[in-house]
Amino acid sequence: MSDLSIRVEQLGKQYRIGAPVTQYMTLRDQMSDGLARFGRRASHKDGVKAQDHYIWALKDVSFEVKQGEVLGVIGRNGAGKSTLLKVLSRVTEPTEGYAEIRGRVGALLEVGTGFHPELTGRENILLNGAILGMKRSEIESKFDEIVAFSEVEKFIDTPVKRYSSGMYLRLAFAVAAHLEPEILVVDEVLAVGDAEFQRKCLGKMSDVAQAGRTVLFVSHNMSAILRLTSEALVLDHGNLVMRAPSAQAVDYYLSHGLSQEGERAWSPDEVPLEAAPFRPLKVRVLNKDGQVVDTIRSVEAAAIEVEYELTAALTGLRVGIYLMTTRGEYIFTSFDTDDPQAFERLSARAAGRYTSRCILPPDFLNEGRYLVGVNASSFRVKRYFQDEQALAFNVDAAGAPGMHWLEPRLGPVRPRLDWTINHLDG
Amino acid sequence: MTTQSKYTPITLLRPSHGWLSLNLGDLWRYRELIYFMTWRDLKVRYKQTLLGASWAVLRPFLTMVVFSIFFGQLAGVPSEGVPYPIFSFAALLPWELFSHALSVASRSLVNNAHMITKVYFPRVILPLSSVLAGLVDFGIALLVLGGMMLYYGIAPTPHVWTLPLFLLLALVTSLGVSLWLSAMNVLYRDVGYVTPFLTQFWLFITPIAYPGSLVPEQWRLLYAINPMTGVVDGFRWALLGIEASAPGPTLAVSSTIAVLLLVSGLIYFRRMERQFADRI
Repeated sequence: MSDLSIRVEQLGKQYRIGAPVTQYMTLRDQMSDGLARFGRRASHKDGVKAQDHYIWALKDVSFEVKQGEVLGVIGRNGAGKSTLLKVLSRVTEPTEGYAEIRGRVGALLEVGTGFHPELTGRENILLNGAILGMKRSEIESKFDEIVAFSEVEKFIDTPVKRYSSGMYLRLAFAVAAHLEPEILVVDEVLAVGDAEFQRKCLGKMSDVAQAGRTVLFVSHNMSAILRLTSEALVLDHGNLVMRAPSAQAVDYYLSHGLSQEGERAWSPDEVPLEAAPFRPLKVRVLNKDGQVVDTIRSVEAAAIEVEYELTAALTGLRVGIYLMTTRGEYIFTSFDTDDPQAFERLSARAAGRYTSRCILPPDFLNEGRYLVGVNASSFRVKRYFQDEQALAFNVDAAGAPGMHWLEPRLGPVRPRLDWTINHLDG
Repeated sequence: MTTQSKYTPITLLRPSHGWLSLNLGDLWRYRELIYFMTWRDLKVRYKQTLLGASWAVLRPFLTMVVFSIFFGQLAGVPSEGVPYPIFSFAALLPWELFSHALSVASRSLVNNAHMITKVYFPRVILPLSSVLAGLVDFGIALLVLGGMMLYYGIAPTPHVWTLPLFLLLALVTSLGVSLWLSAMNVLYRDVGYVTPFLTQFWLFITPIAYPGSLVPEQWRLLYAINPMTGVVDGFRWALLGIEASAPGPTLAVSSTIAVLLLVSGLIYFRRMERQFADRI
């Protein structure tokens, strides 16, 4: 018997985009859609199909996974990671190509699928286990283990609608963690919960990986990918860009601007009239090579750049940024004319286009997601423009201090400090 | 330790075309989920209600009271020689099963959209378990009917053993229609508006408030195209011994249509199934 676990051959998945996908269709829509299609066919006799209505979420993807291998899947939002997992877990059918799966697949595309708020913890364990494909006998034999792992013993006969969100998540993950299929397919389930919960999940994941099961693991968390997987696939726009040992794949992903979303442009109608003569154009995050990225590395310098236009000359203007955690805590505020000499020199700015750029030093931010806010004002005169959440970006901690310990670090900064250790009675 | 099975099932995932096999093997592998989903439906149904499971009795019972007053007493609708209340209640038993199945099962896929987009299982389990959950209500109402027969001094007929067969016919019809409605509801939410109207309309074309013998002889076969006619006639014959509704050609027509509904429903459902996760 071959030791192949998953074989994917030229797999493709096409989605229809636009209203019909995000919203359901009513019969009337369907009819008017049909009419529109009929009209198009009548007017375009050259047979041009409405290609713009369709998008390939996955295209021509081929790879193999050996039994017992732990494979990571990385790529920016919309790269096709989740679609790949959905196809492999049989939630949706491929449009072309095929995948061959040897063994029972357990899919964790989210935790707590099918949980019903009115049912008790005990009842939901049974139900959720069955939905995930566990046999009743299997669930019953692991029941005590699941309850112990979830730490909700006292509330096991309480309806889960009375649970705190933390308890709910712990219970949901506990059931999922005790699923023991030959192949485990895991989507970003670790992106939820508090730091303690995430640590527990990561620990459980590495147990699973070491137990010799085949695992496909999707994550935005590069450190988790590096810790748990040996090899990784990099997806971009539905295409498989590379397959390499995880360190190499992560490096490629982070340095090739594949995570290109780190830019925000304001359309004219997003800018209030009273902002004039200041007109914000764009704000972007740049990596050390000057590429626009949505993920920067903690160990490398990065830049934040605001692009704007002055439709008339202005005096006393300062353009600046806020940096905030996704919990809304400010990390710092900084303006382009914080330096008194610079303020002196630029007290009057002529009309025209400008960029104001600041450098974030290396070894500065901890891993996580951050928000950039933009402010343009004249001190005590006028605030022209403010957008407190203009852009979000990620920081990846690969290579940062203390990464050899499997634990999340508290706090938004992760400096590389000089430590001196003295043995006093030596 | 992992519980590795001796054999490794191989699954081939590829785009499907045309008419599909019904894949009943998969349904068998997931039989425990059918049980769990039915159980969930039952558990959840009467949560936070004051009267709980007594609703299973109240709904047909109150309908029967209203029918007895307006049709039985005031309009003087004939009831084939048995007291009108029991005449209508015997018909309301399978009818409640059917109408309840329609309203719950037609929404079953849409209401469980989060499950459909996140995990694989044979989707047919959702409408199927909604239909099966109605059996418990049916059982409770059947006990009430037993009490009423005792009260009116009506002994079950010797054909009472055929009752499960008519119940099966009711289930086949309910599931057949539910498969169509639930799958269509994924693509067209119009179904949500159509279903109550459809149920109401169906109530009038089924001999519940009136005896089937009211329909002129030459129209009976056409009338039997509604499979619920066969079901209701069967219930009255098996329980109350009403000879006018004894099995005959009309039952054959009703059964054939019911089976056609189920088979076509299954095929339609399977054909649409591949789109559920993307379109729901």
